[in-house]
Amino acid sequence: MYNTDSKEKEYSIQTTDVKLYYGDFQALKGITMAMRKNQVTAFIGPSGCGKSTYLRCFNRMNDLIDGVRIDGEILIDGVDIYKKNIQVDDLRKHVGMVFQKPNPFPKSIFENVAYGLRVNGTKDKNFIQERVERSLHQAALWDEVKDKLKKSAFELSGGQQQRLCIARALAIEPSVLLMDEPASALDPISTAKIEELIYGLKKDYTIVIVTHNMQQAGRVSDHTAFFYLGELVEFAKTKTLFTSPKDQRTQNYITGRFG
Amino acid sequence: MQKYFHNLGEKIIVAILTISGTVTSLTVLLIVFFLFKEGLGIFSMSPVTEGTVIAVNNRNPVTSLSASQLKEISDQNITNWQEVGGLDAPIKIFRLDDITDYFTEDQLGADFEFMPQRINEVVVKDPHILAFFPDEYISKDFGGRQLQLANITVWDFLAGREWYPTISPAVRMGVLPLILGTLWVSFGAILIALPLGLATAIYMAEIASNRVRGILKPIIELLAGIPSVVFGFFGLVVIVPLIQDIFGLPVGETALAGSVILGIMALPTIISVSEDAMRTTPRAMKEASLALGASKWQTIYKVIIPYSISGISTAAILGIGRAIGETMAVLMVTGNASVIPDTFLEPVRTIPATIAAELGEAPQGGIHYKALFALGCILFLLTLIINVTVDLVSAKNKANR
Repeated sequence: MYNTDSKEKEYSIQTTDVKLYYGDFQALKGITMAMRKNQVTAFIGPSGCGKSTYLRCFNRMNDLIDGVRIDGEILIDGVDIYKKNIQVDDLRKHVGMVFQKPNPFPKSIFENVAYGLRVNGTKDKNFIQERVERSLHQAALWDEVKDKLKKSAFELSGGQQQRLCIARALAIEPSVLLMDEPASALDPISTAKIEELIYGLKKDYTIVIVTHNMQQAGRVSDHTAFFYLGELVEFAKTKTLFTSPKDQRTQNYITGRFG
Repeated sequence: MQKYFHNLGEKIIVAILTISGTVTSLTVLLIVFFLFKEGLGIFSMSPVTEGTVIAVNNRNPVTSLSASQLKEISDQNITNWQEVGGLDAPIKIFRLDDITDYFTEDQLGADFEFMPQRINEVVVKDPHILAFFPDEYISKDFGGRQLQLANITVWDFLAGREWYPTISPAVRMGVLPLILGTLWVSFGAILIALPLGLATAIYMAEIASNRVRGILKPIIELLAGIPSVVFGFFGLVVIVPLIQDIFGLPVGETALAGSVILGIMALPTIISVSEDAMRTTPRAMKEASLALGASKWQTIYKVIIPYSISGISTAAILGIGRAIGETMAVLMVTGNASVIPDTFLEPVRTIPATIAAELGEAPQGGIHYKALFALGCILFLLTLIINVTVDLVSAKNKANR
């Protein structure tokens, strides 16, 4: 269903006039933008600007919140994900997510990574073994945990836990990876590792990352979008946005005048 | 000056808190001490019914009988002295009522004033007699030999299968049927309450909308507030006839009826404790599961239940605790026969029901009274074990996080 042939289309995520309401409050005020395949797109903006809310539309995480209403169209690899006949769990296998705080399950390291495969009905032990190992390699965690795969995931450090969560998301081979401030709860060294990882992952995945940290956006992303009060203010190549912003509000934000 | 009063006030408050804390703890300890002091008294008492004399002829070689032998004899299951270590001769039982077979009313006297003398004559004359009579009728120069029974041992008490606390000449104090009855009913209750309670808890914690939960939660809390006698009444009027009809039983007052009622009574505890446990599952963990393409149900049984398993076990144990100690409702619906049940469709008698039903008619300080206190000790120990288990489980829970 999801067309992931990279030659066929330039954009992985395309949204048209997305409006989101929490009850009476309008959190997103009509956002139209497109994110390129196999590139990193960063969302920046002050707290409460709607960037995380917008990100969570892409795997329909906002469905979990009572009283949320969404208008507009979101196409992911050619599929309108808010159409009636969409299976949300299929969508979420296609669009992986890494959360702000590391949130491993109270299971072993191995079982954490295997979880997505198991809930999708994979029974083949060798396949699971292989895929877990590969995902841990991809997340640059294998060497640190290969001897303690049976240990509880809670025994890992915060940075390792976050990489475990990335491995967990990669294990089901999504084509899009959403990252909601993935390094905000981590120390600088762990943050650097995650950033390095993101850089390496983009050849296989379309990555959308929300961040508070403008330096981080500058380091990891190809394109950057600046959100303010539920609006998309400016969206451009990262270099262009940071060096010559067109909008005054972007200018103010990146020079630290508010936010 | 003001500072001085401030400090003084503080000291007074601290003193009051200390005193009330100490007094409360001491009261609890005293209650436990009293319970055990009274209860353990039973093991230094003879099982002979108070005020009864058991006597044989002087020439009879039998010097002691056990309480169970005595019961067998009085039930006529043992009829020959040989079976209890005596000569080969039939046992002749003599009870006070039998005196009229031996003597006329004139010989006994108008106010039975010659009774002790006449009883003495009977016992002295017949070498095979076993006489039971009240101690007020024992004569000063009694020519027979009084038998003493061995005290009740802990083993007799705990493993004895017969609970006849008031029969004469010797009481039977076996509490095994009561302990088993309690455990049967509680076990049945948890078998009913745990699946139902867990299902409701999952529904309330994960599936129900806020509005439904807002309606359901007070209803379940209301269930916890209904007095147990009302549950008993409901059981008696609704559950008991229902069980009688469904299974075609002669009486519906069975262990099953008790289990159903106790199950309903344990539901609020199980539901609220396990629901609370499930709701402590971090939102992030649920989201992580859903974001990996897991369905709602997969998330519930692969993430939420494992995460809250210790809370759920605590709920189950607390539910059992509630069931074990429950008195009134059980007393009303279980039929109260002190036999060891083979199936749930037989009447049983539980420890709390026994205490409640019998304490009023047990003479204070007597063996029956002490036996009921000993039952109280057993109940206390059972619930103590449960509470300690809860503590251990929740301690393990904290260590896991």
